[in-house]
Amino acid sequence: MAKKGDWVRIHSIVLKASQRTAKIPEDTQKCDLEMWTKGTLLDDAEIGDTVKVETAVGRIEEGTLIEVGPYYTHSYGKFVPEIIEIDKMLRKIMDGGDK
Amino acid sequence: MALAKDYDSVMGRSNEIMKKALGLDYNDFESGSIAFDYEGLMKATGYTLEEINKIQSRTDVGNTPLIELRNLTALSRKYAKPGYGARIFAKDEACNASGSFKARRAACACAHAKKLGYKGVIAATSGNYGAAVASQAAMQGLKCIIVQECYDSHGVGQPEIVEKARKCEAYGAEVIQLTVGPELFYTFLRVLEDTGYFNASLYSPFGIAGIETLGYEIAMQCREKVGKDPDLVVCTNAGGGMMTGTARGILKAGAVDTKMVAASIDLTGLSMASDKQFNLKSCTTGHTGFGVPYATDPDHSDVPRSAARPLRYMDRYVTVKQGEVMFMTEALANLEGIERGPAGNTALAAAFSLAQELPEDGVIVISETEYTGAGKHIQPQLSFARDNGIKIFFGDPSKEDKPGENIVLPANPGLIKCHDADLKHMRTSLIRKAAKNHNQPNPTAEDLQFLAEETKTDVAFVKEVLGL
Repeated sequence: MAKKGDWVRIHSIVLKASQRTAKIPEDTQKCDLEMWTKGTLLDDAEIGDTVKVETAVGRIEEGTLIEVGPYYTHSYGKFVPEIIEIDKMLRKIMDGGDK
Repeated sequence: MALAKDYDSVMGRSNEIMKKALGLDYNDFESGSIAFDYEGLMKATGYTLEEINKIQSRTDVGNTPLIELRNLTALSRKYAKPGYGARIFAKDEACNASGSFKARRAACACAHAKKLGYKGVIAATSGNYGAAVASQAAMQGLKCIIVQECYDSHGVGQPEIVEKARKCEAYGAEVIQLTVGPELFYTFLRVLEDTGYFNASLYSPFGIAGIETLGYEIAMQCREKVGKDPDLVVCTNAGGGMMTGTARGILKAGAVDTKMVAASIDLTGLSMASDKQFNLKSCTTGHTGFGVPYATDPDHSDVPRSAARPLRYMDRYVTVKQGEVMFMTEALANLEGIERGPAGNTALAAAFSLAQELPEDGVIVISETEYTGAGKHIQPQLSFARDNGIKIFFGDPSKEDKPGENIVLPANPGLIKCHDADLKHMRTSLIRKAAKNHNQPNPTAEDLQFLAEETKTDVAFVKEVLGL
């Protein structure tokens, strides 16, 4: 249950796959053009409901409620051993070792 | 009566929406044929270099340090013939508010919007420009909306683009995110029309004029530090704004002998509008997927006539591989003690290779660095690539690189080699496309002169291409 006033993320379909323009690759042609934005929920709702939000600039946008209290999860990624190898290589060359 | 908001209706009102959202009628500069008055358009900004400098100084933009990369120069010299290996300098544009040179464009666009009385600004961008506009809008008291192409159809976002969305929101902007496809333009127009905000396009004359200070500063700082103009300025090239604005600034400083080199990551074979291939590229800008189409057909942007026209200024166009740029990004951190990139390091990888063509007293400047952060760093880039089935290994990037299949890290720094793209072919392509786009089989004398300027060639070359 999301409350009026919660900061939420909404999703909508801008164009169905069948409405997309012709000048795009076939794989993209098969996909809907989807859109996400965030805002303050204007009325109590459940996840999956069609809702209205007021965005950061004060626009009213409608879409499906998908997330309450949305947050970022992007990171510095997982360990990549090759980066350590680059560091070792550079240190060795700069220390006067092999090119 | 409310206007219809369906795709065809909104796209049909495109010219009208644009005119209102730019405060500029592009028809004023049209000849009715292929040619248009490019310098007239640039003058229409009404801002001199000095005035732009004033705007930028007020908003924490410009006058960034020019730093000499002594250790990378020393490393490059190990692979050059004796007496060769030019000094490499970097314009540390990460020091601008919002962390990239894009703040220069945004500062002017926002100042202009403010002057014309707009309440807010909108930009369609997945790159640093979004953060730049959001930052400048915050500073100059404007509302801001950024429209991003961010996700594939499985809702998987490019880590670099997701980070930029975070940054825009941090500055108080609304970020509208979309899946892959050029119909982003429809959403962009719809929101422009609904809000009446200013189109802070990357390609407006205000934006490009904002970059001229960068070229001007490079020339001045170089004279101060090394007592001469740079031999080469290398610009990471995508939409062509960096090349255009920097070169114009270099010329305004009177550095007429400096050669301008564009550098892009070679992503040949990957489609930019493909849902499946969207996340198979391991960099989001500075690549040939933007660089080549925008160079050869600058007017397919989000304004009627783009002020970014890189072929007017380019002396060379070189490409490097994804693995070379990632290697260079790590080398910059390890050897110079500054974490920057990834995008600006496309030019750095090229410069590392180009330095070996010039004697030791030669001077190469890369025109930008950019901020780095979660998602926007070689570790998440490589980790994301591996998760998407991209093979990562050490080898010879020039021989083994296959965009979308692998990332080949150079087995030693001597294997970092930029390759010349066929500039003549691109010039030819621009001329043919311009004639075709304007449906003009009989170009006027003015058109021929215009196309010669567009391609840094002469009328004889244009005539030869058009078979006249």
